[in-house]
Amino acid sequence: MSLSGTCSTCVTPDRPYVALAMTQTLNITVNGDSRQTIASTIADLVLELGLEPAKVAVEHNGIIAPRSTLQEVALGDGDVLEIVHFVGGG
Amino acid sequence: MNQNANVQDDSWEVAGHRFTSRLIVGTGKYKDFAQNAAALEASGAEIVTVAVRRVNISDPSQPVLMDHIDPKKITYLPNTAGCFTADDAIRTLRLAREAGGWELVKLEVLGEAKTLYPDMRETLKATEVLVKEGFKPMVYCVDDPIAAKQLEEAGAVAIMPLGAPIGSGLGIQNQVTIRLIVEGANVPVLVDAGVGTASDAAVAMELGCDGVLMNTAIAEAKDPIRMARAMKLAVQAGRDAYLAGRMGRRKYADPSSPLAGLI
Repeated sequence: MSLSGTCSTCVTPDRPYVALAMTQTLNITVNGDSRQTIASTIADLVLELGLEPAKVAVEHNGIIAPRSTLQEVALGDGDVLEIVHFVGGG
Repeated sequence: MNQNANVQDDSWEVAGHRFTSRLIVGTGKYKDFAQNAAALEASGAEIVTVAVRRVNISDPSQPVLMDHIDPKKITYLPNTAGCFTADDAIRTLRLAREAGGWELVKLEVLGEAKTLYPDMRETLKATEVLVKEGFKPMVYCVDDPIAAKQLEEAGAVAIMPLGAPIGSGLGIQNQVTIRLIVEGANVPVLVDAGVGTASDAAVAMELGCDGVLMNTAIAEAKDPIRMARAMKLAVQAGRDAYLAGRMGRRKYADPSSPLAGLI
């Protein structure tokens, strides 16, 4: 699948903006580092990062994103995410 | 029930969860996950404390704690280590709950980095909010019977006073205040922090504590796995000694052999 802006569906007359949004590259901040992503939802982003959704928790713009809704929460340009997991500690 | 059955059934309960082991161990400072897992097994602990931190985005394939300590078999107790405000601690535990669904958590709000002494004003504030949100916080606190009572009134499900500063290994510095907290509490009391060696854990249990939480004493021992076993035995021995009821203290000697019949 092409990840660039040359998607042929972009010229679909009835839903041009939606189609454009699907392939848009977003600038986001993950765990303090800025990065670009083509993921459209948090669930996509977690998978794009190579993480197992069952082992992490996500905070999206300061609000906890419940695991059951990760598929539905859309990412937007400039979003700030914290992705955490359990590590050794006392 | 005979006495043996009583000894066998000496389990304890916190927020509706029943445990047999009275030792809670941390999962920090170990050489690697394998050593950590081996020490955990030797300790017999059923609960481990864990920290919440950012995932390593640059190398997601690195081994993770959950791969070595199965949260289905061992109860994860998420902590708020490193949090210096109530807000930070609450945020951390909300994330922890999302990461694993745990409501049983360890709250610690630190006052300053040098002593890692708890900030009780923030700790109490965080306890109140967490309880409102349905959490069951086991709360790290100063060894102050009044503060302990206030935490209990705020809904703490366990009171966890320090025996000495975190990671110091100095042993229980004030046995009087620990005993007073135990006597006044209607929830479990666990000494959290300060244990350096097995006898310290035994002292905590002899004072009537329901359990002991430790990390560094095991992880920084030259042989952590052997020390884990020593701690398990010390906690059991201290508990038994507490239940057995120690002899009274005398100022002078009292011979054990009969004086009658001396030649």
